Amino acid sequence: MAERLTILVNGQPVDVRAGTVVAAALAQAGVTQFRRSLHGEPRGPLCGMGVCGECRVTINGQPHCRSCLTLCAPGMEVRTDD
Amino acid sequence: MTSHAFEVVVVGAGPAGIAAACTVADAGRPVALVDNSPWLGGQIWRGEEANPVQRAARQWLKRAAAARVTIFREASVFTVSLPQRLLVETPAGAVELGWQRLVIATGARERFVPFPGWTLPGVVGPGGLQALVKAGWPIAGKRVVVAGSGPLLLAVADGLKHRGAHIRLIAEQAPSSRVLQFGFALGRHPAKLAQGLRLKARLLGVPYRCGCWPVRASGDEAARQVTLTDGRRTWTETCDYLACAFGLAPNLELPRLLGCRLADGFVQVNEFQETSVKDVFCAGEPTGIAGADAALVAGCIAGFAAIGNPGQARALFGARARWQRFGRALRDAFAMRPELRRLAEAETVVCRCEDVRRGELERHDNWRAAKLHTRCGMGNCQGRVCGDAANFLFGWTNDSVRPPLLPVRVTSLLSPVADVNQNPTPPAGNQP
Repeated sequence: MAERLTILVNGQPVDVRAGTVVAAALAQAGVTQFRRSLHGEPRGPLCGMGVCGECRVTINGQPHCRSCLTLCAPGMEVRTDD
Repeated sequence: MTSHAFEVVVVGAGPAGIAAACTVADAGRPVALVDNSPWLGGQIWRGEEANPVQRAARQWLKRAAAARVTIFREASVFTVSLPQRLLVETPAGAVELGWQRLVIATGARERFVPFPGWTLPGVVGPGGLQALVKAGWPIAGKRVVVAGSGPLLLAVADGLKHRGAHIRLIAEQAPSSRVLQFGFALGRHPAKLAQGLRLKARLLGVPYRCGCWPVRASGDEAARQVTLTDGRRTWTETCDYLACAFGLAPNLELPRLLGCRLADGFVQVNEFQETSVKDVFCAGEPTGIAGADAALVAGCIAGFAAIGNPGQARALFGARARWQRFGRALRDAFAMRPELRRLAEAETVVCRCEDVRRGELERHDNWRAAKLHTRCGMGNCQGRVCGDAANFLFGWTNDSVRPPLLPVRVTSLLSPVADVNQNPTPPAGNQP
């Protein structure tokens, strides 16, 4: 379980343990704002279990991925800024 | 799109779903178990598959791994294509699952009550934060206020403390008299009582205050302070996270879509856990919030009933009745106080997906009208968060469930169905 892997968060490499979800990797990278609401308010994870959609980010170019349910994979590219 | 057919399909791999699926598989019948997460165990046993700690979780997850169950992970049911067929989105594309009997074990989510500042990053569900921490979210050294209602608050505080968080306060909205009463009621469930006492011992030194609740979270880009009240006095705590939710709300989207009759906000079932829709069974929290032990028993009953074995189902009725009493004690003790309905101000966002504020909703008489005019409930969560909130604030019911149950890729909606693969043999390693 001590296996580690690297993903890219907004272009910056982040080294995480295998089994880490993308939302947790973002928190490890110091990200608090996962997305902006319709009116521009900062938002981050609320439910942590795939219900609310507040943790949506872009993963490997695919927008609106629920980062709380997505496991990190080597080389994964995550963006919170689009 | 590929298509598979099973005698029984179980939706949800928490305790109820695992129990149902194992019961069917042990009788040698073809069964599929579908869950939207990468893990088995649901929310209550999150993290247990990789690193088992709880005895029941270890036993059941081991049993599920050994059973001939075809497991679909990261698989979300998004609609019904034909009678007795579900469409499921998986990472590999959409899949169609045919069933002769269906067991709905979709569990529950946390119930959120809007208050000023609840949309700030750092305000999370206690169960949600616990789940994230188990999946690598850094919590060591962070200051956490745990608030809301229910025994889950204690379990979460304990889990977070164990991982190095500083728990500033556990704020339980229920009055202490009710919570004490619940403590006495636990005397009938010695295992639960022992669990409760163990928790209290491990949380020695952490303030647990009953009869108090948060009224506001504040901070610029994230919550940094939370204001609480006990109805007479208000005060402020500094924190990095406010973990706040008020008990659990059942996940009813799938039973609603299938037309299952509800009563008092839960799926109505007969003694064999069968819903008003023939051959559709339901077990666990969607039929009433009563916890994992109740869900395991009900899941087994549903499994036996689904394979036409009423005798073995009946043998479990006594155990189920015991856990249902526990569920009622839970509901009575942690009933929501009316003050919580007034926390949200006119400017407070209620629908987080579409940024709809309380003042905009209050101009309407019911959920349908509010939805039509304000777009509340039409965003990413499809009303799962704001629908529960509007139910609590205004007594509205979200009766307009429509497919897809969640946002799916266009390709999932458009892919044609391939040949139906009748009763496939579950391959070793039980992934389809």
